[in-house]
Amino acid sequence: MSRRSGFLFVAPALLLFGIFVLYPMASALSYAFFAWQGTTRGGFVGLENFVALFTQEPFTTQLPRAFGHNIAFFVGTMLIQNTLGLGIAVLLHKRARTRRMLQTLYAMPYLVSPIVIGYLWTLLLSPTFGPVNALLRKVGLDSLALPWLGDPSTALWVVVLVSAWQWVGFPVLLYGAALGGVPEELSEAARVDGASHWQTFRSIVFPLLVPAIGTVSILTFIFAMEAFALPYALGGSTGSPAGATDFISLLFYRTAFENGSTNAIGISSAIAALLFLVIFGGAVVATRVLRRHQDRVAA
Amino acid sequence: MTTTVRVPSTVADPVPSGPVRRRRQRPIGGVVGSTALWIYACAALIPLLLMVANSFRTTPSLYSDPLGLPWPLKLDSYRKAWTEGHFGEYFTNSLMVTVGAVALSTVVSTMAAYALARCRSRFFTILESVFISGLMLPIHLAILPIFYLLDGFGLVDSRLGLMLVYAASGVPFSIFVLTTFFRQLPPELEEAARIDGANSWQMFLRIMVPMVRPAVATVVVFRFVPIWNDFLFPLVLLRSREKYTVPVGLTTFFGEFSTDWSSLFAGLVIATVPLIVLFLVATKQIVAGLTAGLSK
Repeated sequence: MSRRSGFLFVAPALLLFGIFVLYPMASALSYAFFAWQGTTRGGFVGLENFVALFTQEPFTTQLPRAFGHNIAFFVGTMLIQNTLGLGIAVLLHKRARTRRMLQTLYAMPYLVSPIVIGYLWTLLLSPTFGPVNALLRKVGLDSLALPWLGDPSTALWVVVLVSAWQWVGFPVLLYGAALGGVPEELSEAARVDGASHWQTFRSIVFPLLVPAIGTVSILTFIFAMEAFALPYALGGSTGSPAGATDFISLLFYRTAFENGSTNAIGISSAIAALLFLVIFGGAVVATRVLRRHQDRVAA
Repeated sequence: MTTTVRVPSTVADPVPSGPVRRRRQRPIGGVVGSTALWIYACAALIPLLLMVANSFRTTPSLYSDPLGLPWPLKLDSYRKAWTEGHFGEYFTNSLMVTVGAVALSTVVSTMAAYALARCRSRFFTILESVFISGLMLPIHLAILPIFYLLDGFGLVDSRLGLMLVYAASGVPFSIFVLTTFFRQLPPELEEAARIDGANSWQMFLRIMVPMVRPAVATVVVFRFVPIWNDFLFPLVLLRSREKYTVPVGLTTFFGEFSTDWSSLFAGLVIATVPLIVLFLVATKQIVAGLTAGLSK
């Protein structure tokens, strides 16, 4: 194919992608360095918008709180969803006949919109007619029939659990693929030498899974930092109750679209820029650590 | 939130390679393991089944017996959600925006992927890495510039504007998958066609596109889901109710019908039905596409 007709083939995609993705992404960062009067861009103010985030109310209280929730969400997801996912993938590994079927069943919840999942759980956990608490009462666990989403001390963990429930099929799929790539001979040899299942897993299979674990961790990190629709459905844009389910993206949304301040765009763009930095920085650092680990294993 | 996270979901189990082993291997965990797996499958499905079951009941019966069964089936909740709750409009809007966006991004990406797979020069290599880098971009963070960009075109509060944004955001993933597929096709195919006097465009349409059909099906399915489900873009970019897509419509609906529980469940089911249909219709194609990608 000639270069000229090659370019004609690429042009529509490049145009679409350039206008609606690349250009907005590039200018998103620049927005944070200007003062804004409503929707009109004022002068260049350097880092002033960022300084405001760390010195002005309500950001001095809400930003660290929301960021803490994002981190808790990440840690909780890693511990619950990805550990459970790895366990399920290991159990599924040798079950050739039922594997496809079960993987499909586990994948069902993550096809559903996070906003639907969020609203569904507000209904299921409702203190008045929610089947969850009704069931708990029926089996005599009345003390556990609590307003789970209404209580600031439990609401964040509901968000974590609901999200883990929704997405667990995803690490199952990725770890399943990685387990399929572990040479059968290695674990067989170990077993012939008298190693137990657990020993084989810990010293042979697990080290070979590290790259997959790394990939899952990076994707989980990006996912946790961007959390928006699920907490919005479970706690609204203010992260109720009492900001217990507030996340950075919700703070960004409130600042940009629900806050009357004249410089709303400047400040909210600074939040977006920070979030971008965290996501990008986190992903880069994690990739580097992972590569170093792989070099060490190879050496 | 979606593009980056969903990418590797195309990775399926590798098909067992080499001769099939005769000796049956004992699965880890035995019967206990199997039981645990099926119990977890129930845990994954029961909340979704409850959603469907409760949508066929009435609000008073939900109140008096939260654990009751949906019998006899009541369809009032659906009628109410569809008409009074405006789900008819939301559904049509979502369908228009999603189908339009997926079609546009698939067409332009298939063309671009063909050129990227076949043109060997520095320029196209750089171009490809620019497209692929889009997989890592958290596009939701660019919502403000996108808003003003669309405002400049007069496309705020417009389904067309929303569709264009979705189409563009699907380009990196679609190009990523399709380029890989085009590269696996032997160049001899085109050489034969060129001798017969076909030009690039004819070659692309008559020979290459039919060959990558499984990959196109994969791209269509994997882009349909996140666009149908997306919430932030319509929340910010649409203003008037008659243009709302289903996810934004749901938030309004949950505000207005907050005590009509069975209608709320019906709304959730309506929002989910197209995904279930897609999944049932396309499972075969998805699997075909995935195994084709792994066999090379």
